[in-house]
Amino acid sequence: MNTDTLKRVAPQAETTGNGKIKKVSIVVSKGTLEGIYPGLIMANGARMEGIEANLFFTFFGLDAIIKKRINKVKVATVGNPALHIPSFIGVIPGMSALVTKMMMKEMDKLDIPPVGEFLEMIKAAGAKIYACKATVEMFHLSKADFCDEVDDIINVAAFYEKSAGGQIIFT
Amino acid sequence: MLNPSQWTEDIAAEIAAAEGIPVLTEDHWKVIRFMRKDFEERGQIPTIRRIKNAGGVPVQDLYKLFPDGPAKKAAKIAGLGKPQGCV
Repeated sequence: MNTDTLKRVAPQAETTGNGKIKKVSIVVSKGTLEGIYPGLIMANGARMEGIEANLFFTFFGLDAIIKKRINKVKVATVGNPALHIPSFIGVIPGMSALVTKMMMKEMDKLDIPPVGEFLEMIKAAGAKIYACKATVEMFHLSKADFCDEVDDIINVAAFYEKSAGGQIIFT
Repeated sequence: MLNPSQWTEDIAAEIAAAEGIPVLTEDHWKVIRFMRKDFEERGQIPTIRRIKNAGGVPVQDLYKLFPDGPAKKAAKIAGLGKPQGCV
């Protein structure tokens, strides 16, 4: 079956006629500051462009939506070669907090909010926010552990249902 | 907007109509005026976060007033061009 036949038989509902993306589902699977922010910026950016957005937090990404951890998200200073700080320095107690503080200051200058405020904005902009059921069960969590912005705890099947017709972005 | 100094409130209403907002209410004007004032003071188009914090307009309201792209739409109507940031 060539591409033309495939397009005729199963037209993708992903884009409108002019190629604009209509919906994105963004998966956040990491719990570091640099692992969480790209997903948040893309979800917020999608809403700013009128694109429907779902945010799905799984594994260590849950740290971004757990009430107790939301304001403690840090930069990884060990095993993070792109940070240009050798790991034997990065492992010193307090290094991660220091680097995080410096990075948050730079982000604030660009008007990028801390995680909690950012999630509030993304939710208010109309995005949907979900937690991964498998991880929730694995870490023995419940809905009460999550911030108010979380809409529901869903499994991977439900994630695919909600993502149907849109693009999936894994971060 | 080729020449920002040519902006008037009437032009704003026309741009708004072209953007799918037939009537500019007082709530719309609150945002537009804040954005123009903030741009004059700081030389940068305010982000949604700034409109929320310094401008006092909740994010939800902003999306209701300027659906599908409030930062871009409001900036266009206010004669300010395209926002350059990622937030």
